[in-house]
Amino acid sequence: MTVIETRLATDAPARAAFPTRRLVAACVLGAYLIFQALPVYWIVRMSLMTPGNVMGRSDFLPVEPTFDNYRTIFTDPTWYMSFLNQLAYVCLNTAISLAVALPAAYAFSRYRFLGDKHVFFWLFSNRMAPPAVFLLPFFQLYSAVGLFDTPWAVALAHTLFVVPLAVWILEGFMSGIPREIDETALIDGYSLPRFFVTIFMPLIASGIGVTAFFCFMFSWIELLLARTLTSVDARPLVATMTRTASSSGMDWGLLAAAGVLTILPGVAVIWFVRNYIAKGFALGRV
Amino acid sequence: MHKLDDNRAWLLVVPVFALVAFNAVIPLMTVVNYSLQDIFGPGQRVFIGVEWFREVLRDPTIQASFLRQVAFSALVLAIQIPLGIAIALLLPRVGWKSSLAIILIAIPLLVPFNVVGTIWQVYARPDIGLLGRGINAIGIDYNYTSSAVSAWITLLLMDTWHWTPLVILLAFAGLCSIPEPYYQAARIDGASRWAVFRHIELPKLRGVLTIAILLRFMDSFMIYTEPFVVTGGGPGSSTTFLSVRLVNMAVGQFDLGPAAAFSLIYFLAILLFSYVFYTILKMNEGEP
Amino acid sequence: MAEITISGLRHSYDGDLSDPSRLALKGIDHVWRDGGAYALLGPSGCGKSSMLNIISGLIRPTAGRILFDGRDVTDLRPEERNIAQVFQFPVLYDTMTVQENLAFPLRNRKVAPAAITRRVAEVAEMLDLGPLLKRRASRLGAAEKQKISLGRGLVREDVAAILFDEPLTVIDPQVKFDLRRKLKLVHETLKLTLVYVTHDQSEALTFADQVVVMSDGEVVQAGTPEELYERPAHAFVGRFIGSPGMNFLPCRIEEGEIRFDGGRLSAPGLRRLAGQEGLSLGLRPQALQPADAATGVEGEMVGLEDRGHYRIADVALGGARLKMRLAEGVPAPQGRFPVAFRPGSTLVFAGDRLVGDLADAQA
Repeated sequence: MTVIETRLATDAPARAAFPTRRLVAACVLGAYLIFQALPVYWIVRMSLMTPGNVMGRSDFLPVEPTFDNYRTIFTDPTWYMSFLNQLAYVCLNTAISLAVALPAAYAFSRYRFLGDKHVFFWLFSNRMAPPAVFLLPFFQLYSAVGLFDTPWAVALAHTLFVVPLAVWILEGFMSGIPREIDETALIDGYSLPRFFVTIFMPLIASGIGVTAFFCFMFSWIELLLARTLTSVDARPLVATMTRTASSSGMDWGLLAAAGVLTILPGVAVIWFVRNYIAKGFALGRV
Repeated sequence: MHKLDDNRAWLLVVPVFALVAFNAVIPLMTVVNYSLQDIFGPGQRVFIGVEWFREVLRDPTIQASFLRQVAFSALVLAIQIPLGIAIALLLPRVGWKSSLAIILIAIPLLVPFNVVGTIWQVYARPDIGLLGRGINAIGIDYNYTSSAVSAWITLLLMDTWHWTPLVILLAFAGLCSIPEPYYQAARIDGASRWAVFRHIELPKLRGVLTIAILLRFMDSFMIYTEPFVVTGGGPGSSTTFLSVRLVNMAVGQFDLGPAAAFSLIYFLAILLFSYVFYTILKMNEGEP
Repeated sequence: MAEITISGLRHSYDGDLSDPSRLALKGIDHVWRDGGAYALLGPSGCGKSSMLNIISGLIRPTAGRILFDGRDVTDLRPEERNIAQVFQFPVLYDTMTVQENLAFPLRNRKVAPAAITRRVAEVAEMLDLGPLLKRRASRLGAAEKQKISLGRGLVREDVAAILFDEPLTVIDPQVKFDLRRKLKLVHETLKLTLVYVTHDQSEALTFADQVVVMSDGEVVQAGTPEELYERPAHAFVGRFIGSPGMNFLPCRIEEGEIRFDGGRLSAPGLRRLAGQEGLSLGLRPQALQPADAATGVEGEMVGLEDRGHYRIADVALGGARLKMRLAEGVPAPQGRFPVAFRPGSTLVFAGDRLVGDLADAQA
């Protein structure tokens, strides 16, 4: 019955709408997707051209297409190591953020406790600190604890603006699970940690997926902290790009190829969560 | 949901609390420390109280940046929130078309800030960029390196391109969580499409839109990398937003004291605005 | 108020009628009398909600017609059919007050404000919502919310029918009773055709004067609660209604006798079924009782379950296990004992269909 009824959800309104209205909707959506796709196409096009052609030609299609830029990146350790470095701290960040956000979100969704609302707003307020000026203190802090130029430094620093969002999204998903499930499991003799891992987490698997996506995304695209907290060993791709740009003039083709490569892991991640995005995180706090 | 009163829940919040405190409190204290002192060199510091704060607040270039910043964030919200909701309403809700649309829409979110800058720097150039050439081809004089209006249009387009997907995803998730009987009841009641939006969809989107507005406000108010890469704050100082001005002060001029004071004021301004948004958005909900 | 006629109704969610096993509704003809209180009963997935949504117009059937008082409404949209529908979960416009919620369908129809106010007051009075009119609807309890959902349907003066889709699911047990009585009262006052979808047999049997049982996309039987209980036309109805459900005992008919593993019963009138395959006896627990003298059938007590006013005995009969109901005061037999069959309640099924009983066979 459930399956049938959710299907009904789509075809009933669609049939009710007038054909012209649907046509207009399709056109608007199509126009928006084109607006989104063109810049991406442009960087792909640039990545297939020599620097000279990038600066000299404006043809819609790539001029004298070549894979040289990609070849350079895949053969030069500075490039491909920095790609791996970036993946390393982003994955670390996602893991740490989930590990601390899961219990906290559970607390916020199930209990009222002293100062709960204030803590939540305080968590969020950390997202409001302009990173530009916290760069120096961050550099000093992570140098002092000996983590400078390791993936840990960037991963930990990024939790500052990733964790509040993770807590919020997870709490939304958790609030959709009735508390009777917790109570039944605890009566059945499960300890809280065991219940949480073996019963509760599978129930909110889609929520964890969506949260992981947002953690990954915000950590992946950040540049300032990542550049400040690394120098050589842990330098990420985004930082390598800016350094290349300043030392040897602008090699636009190479830069574009690196740029295209920065987009790919994200696409892979969104592929995994594409069907979960739509599942109920509208119920959360706020 | 009914929640239990239990202060032991704090134990579950401790890891988050510790991690965020480690990251937030120590750097914040450092910044506060700088903001109250004049530093001449290692070991040579003088406590000067609120002098730096006074200086920053009186600086006309910072005042101008502030107004520019407010205008930019206002435009960003005015464009992206309605656009995001509109696109979310148009998206198919189930099936492979829906998955495909989600993937296509999310792609700009995953492009690092500096790469966004790199793309648009070329894409918007009037000589070799598709957008720049396109706009000039339809007879509009457009050049983001020489015209302030063009520079603003470029940055707004770029930010809309980069971040509207976030609003779309949040709004889409919100729409998908509306149970089907709401739509069925509305059809039986003879509600128009607009009434469905106004009385069902918009109220149910309140939670996600609050988050979307807060996130978009904060991030647009702190925008740095993209304008720095694309326009460098120019032409003139027409796109010198607060962060750009701040980094010039901290890194370019190495005025740590004023920069620290500046960033604290900046932080407080964002906090204040966010709090106002949060309160306004919560207020309607609380009506009897 | 209307008589609702459904004819030749078939529905498939992908619009393809070629594969009968995948149809949500497999060919239904039924008439809902004007003013009748009907329960639409069946397990989850049987198609009862689809049927309801087709009556209200939320779904357009792939094939077949729906008539209201002889007028074909198949192609009309829900708002043109004047139906009130109450869903499993309360559906309210959260931002509106109770009054605005009730007025909403009339506003959409551009009814004059004075008429709206009058009508909303009437409906609120009937549903005891009067004191709540100015309150925010989102702040009320589930029972009040369901009443508002119902009220939104009732404000239109020309309502043809009220449809309920398991409306008491989220209501607390103690309030359930009151709300159900209120629904019945509204039905009696307005004399509307009422269709009440549920999977809860006790709810269906107490609420309706006609019960329509559905299974797997088909109507298997329609009748009064007594008919369904006493003479289920289909084995499904026998199993689904009653607790415990009907016993089924595979049998053959030979030489004017019903023969089964563990015994035989004389049934000269059932010769027409002689030799037929797939026969079984359908026995309600009260169709069986311990006999004083030998009957030709002997059972063995296996267990006994106390249900308050009566007991259910678990009886082994040949290779089968049967449930037998023992009324108060009847001593429970021990060990092996003779079993008596009440002739009128001993039904014979061929396949799943009722084909006769012991009483008319002996007559």
